[in-house]
This record gives sequence, C-alpha cells and structure tokens, in this order.
Amino acid sequence: MTPPPLLRVQDLSVRFRLRESIVQAVTGVSFDLLPGRLLALVGESGCGKSVLASALLGLLPGNAELRGRVRLRESAGPEASPDWLDLTAAGERTLSRRVRGHRVALVPQSAATALTPVRTARSQLAETIRVLRPGEGDTRGAADRLAERVGLRPADLDRYPHELSGGMAQRVVLALALTADPDVILADEPTSGLDRPLVERTVDMLRELADDGRAVLLITHDLAAAERVATDVAVMYASRIVEQGPAGEVFTDPWHPYTRGLLDATPARGFRPLPGHPPDLSALPAGCAFRPRCPRRDTCSGDPAPVPVAGRHLACASGPAEPVGEGDRRGAGRSAEPGHAGERGC
Amino acid sequence: MLSGTGLVAGYHRGQRVLDGVSLELEPGSITGVLGPSGCGKSTLIRVLALLHTPEEGVVRLDDHRVDRFRHAAPAALRRQVGVVFQHPRSAADPRHTLRRIVSAHLPAKSPPQETDRLAELVGLTPDLLSRRPHEVSDGQLQRACLARTLGTDPRYLLCDEMTAMLDASSAATLVHLIRAQVHERDRGVLMVSHDPALLAACCDRTLHWEELARPT
Repeated sequence: MTPPPLLRVQDLSVRFRLRESIVQAVTGVSFDLLPGRLLALVGESGCGKSVLASALLGLLPGNAELRGRVRLRESAGPEASPDWLDLTAAGERTLSRRVRGHRVALVPQSAATALTPVRTARSQLAETIRVLRPGEGDTRGAADRLAERVGLRPADLDRYPHELSGGMAQRVVLALALTADPDVILADEPTSGLDRPLVERTVDMLRELADDGRAVLLITHDLAAAERVATDVAVMYASRIVEQGPAGEVFTDPWHPYTRGLLDATPARGFRPLPGHPPDLSALPAGCAFRPRCPRRDTCSGDPAPVPVAGRHLACASGPAEPVGEGDRRGAGRSAEPGHAGERGC
Repeated sequence: MLSGTGLVAGYHRGQRVLDGVSLELEPGSITGVLGPSGCGKSTLIRVLALLHTPEEGVVRLDDHRVDRFRHAAPAALRRQVGVVFQHPRSAADPRHTLRRIVSAHLPAKSPPQETDRLAELVGLTPDLLSRRPHEVSDGQLQRACLARTLGTDPRYLLCDEMTAMLDASSAATLVHLIRAQVHERDRGVLMVSHDPALLAACCDRTLHWEELARPT
C-alpha cells in the first residue's frame, strides 16, 4: 500500500493582477508528494513551474491571487486519519515558525547567487541553525555535521561563496535546506547552469533524500536529469499539468502531444523544436492551450480537463497518443483507454 | 575567417587560463568545442570577441591582426563578432524593457519595425517586448539576448553555453535559428558547451578542448 502523502495540492490556481492584464500562472494543479518518491515537474520556460513552488511555501508576492488548497500532513497525526495543516490558510507566523525550513525546505535555483557573497558559508549555515534549531547548543559542531552529510569537508565552510566551486556551493545550499531535517524538499531548478557531471551529482543527492523517506519535488526543464532520478513526472504547459504519471511510463510512452514534443526536442531524441511558441500567460485561450501547436488539433474537441487514465493523468481530449514506431515503446494496459477519454469533451 | 593561434591568456600574473590554444572559425559553418567547466572556454570566447587581450598569440579577422589593441578594439571590428553568454540574467540590464535590450545595438534612428523584426526572428511575441527581465523566463530573456547580438549583423557568432539555462524546446529552437543564420547569412559560429549530445546535433564539426591546446 502506498503511504499517505506528506503534501497534498488540490486544484491550485494562482494568478497575478497587473495594471493592464491578469497573468494566469497556475491553473487547477493537483498532485501529492509522497514519502520516498521524487516527483519531477517539467515544462518549458515560463510555464508557471517556479510560481507553483513559491505558492507551496506562501512566498508569492502581494498581487498574487490564490485558489485551491495546499495541505501538509502533521507529523504527529495517525497515518490512517492524518491531521492536515492548510498552508493556503495558514498565517505568516505559522509558515515561518513551523513550515518553511522546518517541514518544507526550498533548494533554490543558482546556488552561488542564493548565498550572501560577503559572509562565509559557515556564518550563513550557523545563522540558519540558530533560527531553525534554537535549542542547538553546539552550532559549530552542528554545522560540521551538516557539511559532512552533504559531502563537504568542515574546512570548506570557512570559505566565502566566490571561493567555492559550483558543486560546493550547491552542497552548501543543500546543507542549509537540510538544517532542520525537513520531510518535504522543493528543489526549484537546482541544476540550471551546471555542467553535466554536476547536474547528475546534484539530482542524485535529491534522489537519496527521497530514498531516505522524504518527499521531493524537483522542478526542472532538464528532461535528462528528471529521467535520471524521478519516480513520478508531472508535465506542465501554460499553467496546467497536462500529463502526470510514473516516470518510467511517461518517459518511454508519452501520451500528451506536448510531452512527446518536449522529449523529441532533446538533442538525444531528434532535436526537433515544438512548432510555435508557448502562449502568453496573460492571454490564455479558452480550452486547451496547446491546441495551436498540437498535431491533432483538427480532430480534437480541445477540452483540457485532466482525467485519470490507467493510473496516469492526462489533460487531452483526444486521449493517449499512439506510441510511435518501435514496438518496445508500446505501454502495457492502456489499449482500452482512448475511448474513455474520447467520450468526454464538447 | 576568425582565428586564434597559440593564444596565451589569463587574468592574474602567472596564472594561464589559456596556454597555447588555437582555433579557426570558417564562415557558413558551426564549430563546436566540448570541454568541462573551468577549462577556459569562456576566456577563449572573450579573446576571440576582442574583449580580452591575450598575453601571447595572434587573433586574426580575415587578414587583419586584431589582438593588439591597448584598450577597446574599434567598433567596426567588434561589431563583426557577436557573443551570446550563458547567463541571460547577468547579460541584460534588469532596468530595461526587452524592447530596449533587443534594440541596444541598432543605430539610434532605426525604426521600431527593425526591433520587431529581430524579436520575431528569435520568436519573441510583441507583448513580451514591453516587459522587463524579471517578468520573463530565462528562455525568453536568452532569446532577447540573441536578438540583441544579431542586431549588429555579426559575421561571427560566439555562443558560450548558450542553452545551458534553457528547456529542451527553447534550446532546440535557438539552435535551429542559429543554423538558419549560418546558412542564410553565411555567419561563422562557435558553439561552446559541455553537452556532447547538443554539439553532435548542431555542429558541422566538434573539437575537444584538448585538441585546441595542442602545440602548434
């Protein structure tokens, strides 16, 4: 039996009211983060991935309007009927004293710029320990232990950020995130700008955190990195999750034409860019936002409501795409499903 | 042809980042250079773009030797070599709109349609041009930076890990765009990356960093 989720996102929408327009950054997003699992959230630049991460931590700017629910399972509650802490309703005080860093930690994009350039790594880690673990008597020892845990030598902490390599800065940021031993880790593009060996080491560390029983959300545009470590994948397009399912199935047999297009755009699989551009989030079309770029647009009703199909979720009115060409990519147990999706819509 | 021969360069006395590196770029083709982080790829680009003076060695643009300018090289030479950097966030002024960023290298009196043309070339929709860097994604900002570089109509384009910050589709779009530029405008391109799959997919020839450092 699967364990109950640690973090549950239900029908989350976020929009920003600007002077002349409304930007719809997240639309009707639902997913669970489970202990021991690593969910990769992938999609093109500007599809709303990072806004989603900020929304989960209550870090949205003041002009954001949020609907839906984000709930965190109280660690003390029984597994059968857990108590939930509603993060969307929680006040700033609850979020800062009980949630951020304590239960849910953020690994930010660009480790080198997330650190203050004018203080040593140790000084920044010690400050975090004092805030998140006020009872800790031996701050220095605690910092050393955190450093060792992420594969740094204690002496490395005495360096300033500009004296750290990219990989070391990444580890310092991870140590900061692990200070209070959170059970949910949100990593927002933790690998962009790193070279391949470093990308792999970073995502492998995240996978180890999941294997230790934490729930990890990896937000990334790097499909190769996601494929390497994810147990589950959610594909985001123009503010919506268009496809979601176990990583092995989604990567080998993508159902949504967008997922397929994204995979085909990688250098290893053809390097064909998707036609057209992602829509402007301030002027999303009604219905399926992918329709203008979709190879099946002429025969489709364009209803993007997500439906569960054979243990996966798909937001495409035309149903799962046929597997391409080679027989080994044909997914098991889904031949009966297209009809199911086809009867909805219109 | 843009070429560097036996280049030696660094930033501190006695620390050589480049130590005898040679490379030739031909018009109308894409040359890939594959190397790990910190090997000196970015310094090579700075030297070839006439942004950094080498201690030894020769940079030639066609038949002219262009490595001996004490301060800035003349604009007429610099405009022939364009650079696209890895981090669009640090390559674009955060206070400017994308329209201003894209039009940065256009003559002051060029009509707005010229900016629109460059924006369309890289797939930036008109509504994005009124935004500032913090209001767009890395991929969109990198498109703006490429459009800005194309504004000088450079004969050589040096791309420093240009797609490292981008998603697969944005990366593929930009690379196809650059391929089109090479064929239509006969530009010579240097594509520097640590991703062998990327270089294999887009370059006419790919060199490993060690091959450049061979003694000449």
